[in-house]
Amino acid sequence: MKYADEFRDPEAVNTVLSEIESIIDEIGATADQPIHIMEICGGHTHAIFRYGLDKLTPEGLEFIHGPGCPVCVLPMARVDECVELAERPEVIFTTFGDAVRVPGTKKSLLQAKADGADIRIVYSPLDALELARRNPDREVVFFALGFETTTPSTALCVQQAAQEKISNFSLFCNHITVPPPIKVLLDDPYMKLDGFVGPGHVSMVIGLEPYEFIARDYNKPIVVAGFEPVDLLQSVMMVLEQIKSGQAKVENQYARIVPDQGNPVSIAACEDVYERRESFEWRGLGEIDESGLKIREKYASFDAERKFGIGYGQASRVVEEPEGCRCGDVMTGRIKPIQCEQFGKGCTPERPLGALMVSSEGACAAYYQYGGVRPDLEPAA
Amino acid sequence: MCLGIPAQIMSISDATKKLAMVEVSGVQREVNVACIMPESGDADELLGAWALIHVGFAMSRINEEEAKKTLEILIQLGEAQAEIEAMRHGQAALEGSS
Ligand code: SF4
Repeated sequence: MKYADEFRDPEAVNTVLSEIESIIDEIGATADQPIHIMEICGGHTHAIFRYGLDKLTPEGLEFIHGPGCPVCVLPMARVDECVELAERPEVIFTTFGDAVRVPGTKKSLLQAKADGADIRIVYSPLDALELARRNPDREVVFFALGFETTTPSTALCVQQAAQEKISNFSLFCNHITVPPPIKVLLDDPYMKLDGFVGPGHVSMVIGLEPYEFIARDYNKPIVVAGFEPVDLLQSVMMVLEQIKSGQAKVENQYARIVPDQGNPVSIAACEDVYERRESFEWRGLGEIDESGLKIREKYASFDAERKFGIGYGQASRVVEEPEGCRCGDVMTGRIKPIQCEQFGKGCTPERPLGALMVSSEGACAAYYQYGGVRPDLEPAA
Repeated sequence: MCLGIPAQIMSISDATKKLAMVEVSGVQREVNVACIMPESGDADELLGAWALIHVGFAMSRINEEEAKKTLEILIQLGEAQAEIEAMRHGQAALEGSS
């Protein structure tokens, strides 16, 4: 076992690490027959690589990187639609910075901006709303992107816009939800999954109930985790303890932030503004039932899809991934990022070919940045 | 965008719209506090409190010690700098210079 000297509380980290090691031994997991634990959230993926947790833990434990980075699962067709909206002369297109480098079939939002489209990178949908107030003669469209963590923010903005009767503000809604792709992965006969580390901040909004099916229907443990290395390791240990004792339940390691019931104000706002789409396309995973959200009829005037006739269901959905891109295989755990031929050659964080290289929470970008191992923790040759 | 950042609530800027000013690492920013409003409905009770801020919305209250720990981790992950940069950038976008 290597030692985690750099951690704020190395003693706590080392205690959990040896506990993990002994449970792995008891279960009898080995490098050839490892226990597979998926961290669902891209923030966790990033933390695992940043701290080299995959190397500190025993070989009998393998992390599978989940689909929990909203930028990474954004299909090219949706980027194309963003560009189409942004290039309309009356539109000020507003977006989080994370999304601007995702390649579309023709260009990314960043390229569209360089070509003259009025695209503004905002910190918050509140900024988009403010832009609408300040520019009554323009149409301000906000690219609503993200999981349950960001969904309440756009829902509350739509409610605010409705209250103020702002007529030049709309959302291009691409919100997605965490549980449906987990079900798809659990149903995939190729996937080897023994348990899950659940997303902390998504759960802060939705609570624990939406994960119950994982324990009840699939008999797999899931533990909602915080972002500190010791949080992550402790959650892994809790998953392993369940596996060892043949249990499967939803546990909350991050109770200091995550109330079991979630945040009622957020849940109510999302319920009021959004409803589920029949299905939604995920990059690398394809169409997934009830995995995306759309704006309800009563807020139709804030829906950019309706307002501009662009968006889901308007055009043919099938867009080929760029040649050689294996994001789908990485996302479903079939290959590791370094097994993609484009990795580090045709695809780098500066010039991403696939979406997994764009965001620092994408598995390929994390591999690239930290090499899957922090060099300073590598044993001397 | 997903990890958010802890910040301290410095003043209430618009009680009806549930807006407050927060500060993180010397950067001030207006955020919406609807999700953490006290049951009494009195926003002033939030003054001085720490909250986890996601894309301009306070999503969860946290204690000061936890806030500082979280900030430290986010700095190590490079997320804090990105968030603070994004907050600064957001201001520029309003002026049309972004
Ligand atoms: S290296 Fe690039 S193209 Fe290959 S899987 Fe990763 S993101 Fe996709």
